[in-house]
Amino acid sequence: MKCVLVTVGTTSFDDLIACVSAHDTLQIIKGLGYSRLVLQIGRGKVVPEPFSTESFALDVYRYKDSLEEDLQKADLVISHAGAGSCLETLEKRKPLVVVVNEKLMNNHQLELAKQLYKDGHLFYCTCSTLPGLLQSMDLSTLKCFPPGQPEKFSAFLDKVVGLQK
Amino acid sequence: MASVLILAAAGAAVAALLALRLWVVLHSRVLVPRQSLSLLVVAGSGGHTTEILRLLENLSNAYSPRHYIIADTDEMSAHKINSFELNRADRDPSTMLPEYYIHRIPRSREVQQSWLSTVLTTLYSMWLSFPLTHRVKPDLVLCNGPGTCVPICISALLLGILGIKKVIIVYVESICRVEHLSLSGKILFHLSDYFIVQWPALKEKYPKSVYLGRIV
Repeated sequence: MKCVLVTVGTTSFDDLIACVSAHDTLQIIKGLGYSRLVLQIGRGKVVPEPFSTESFALDVYRYKDSLEEDLQKADLVISHAGAGSCLETLEKRKPLVVVVNEKLMNNHQLELAKQLYKDGHLFYCTCSTLPGLLQSMDLSTLKCFPPGQPEKFSAFLDKVVGLQK
Repeated sequence: MASVLILAAAGAAVAALLALRLWVVLHSRVLVPRQSLSLLVVAGSGGHTTEILRLLENLSNAYSPRHYIIADTDEMSAHKINSFELNRADRDPSTMLPEYYIHRIPRSREVQQSWLSTVLTTLYSMWLSFPLTHRVKPDLVLCNGPGTCVPICISALLLGILGIKKVIIVYVESICRVEHLSLSGKILFHLSDYFIVQWPALKEKYPKSVYLGRIV
């Protein structure tokens, strides 16, 4: 059972939730072979009605202590541009579509999402171009995201503070 | 008139002395060999906390005790730090009870606060930060950009200027910053001993920074 997870982080992103839960987008998602859509909507005002049929289920919740489990189960993640969500998703090696909130254009978090897009690790779009992107994107073109190297930091720190092993 | 001149001269002399002392403190990199060192971590809030805990994950137990500073309204960070320390203790049963402390100070800048009130609240948090930093007297301050870290780093610097203790200040710019430094970063670039960036574009713009690749 293939699953799509949509996450908006700690705030809200009503335009995104409205877009993915619209009839046309749901048809596209179904057409791509997904049978489950999970929406994490934060404190948004758009709250789609959950439903479950034989072929498709829609789940909706505001927050969970940890997204980890849902991320693990997802086959595709559609996320706001938050750095935390982006990095966590890429580390789990899940295909990621970042949807930019045009109402928050000066948000510095965009810097990271844009760079990761340039480096080929994720797809990048706005609410209005999301349905088109979902139809045209080829997940196999995404590049794997190498893990960070905190051990380089600890080695550097040990050296500059004069720590004796 | 003469007294004004004398006062001005005295003021200038004090300022020059302080500037000289600041320069000396910032440029003294005497390597003291040590077995362990106390660490002051400015965790701040939200994503900053997650990121700095990932940096701490790889540090050895020599970095002990660990003092964390968080914004007083930030329950989420307190929760994250507690579970991080518990996990760490679980993984390494050889250690005794983990030695860590959480300190709270007011946020120096709420999101979208005006500039003038930012200055006032920063002065206020300076007033609270110095006694805290003085009490802890850490060997090392580690921070990654929440507003709270500016007054803490200035306090740590003051300990050095006053000759109380030379504190090593290490600033790690958040992974979110690809091409532009954060406001805290712009200030602390000049005041930290080591300034680490995580993207090549920033290393190019700020050649004096340290680039180790992506470390979180």
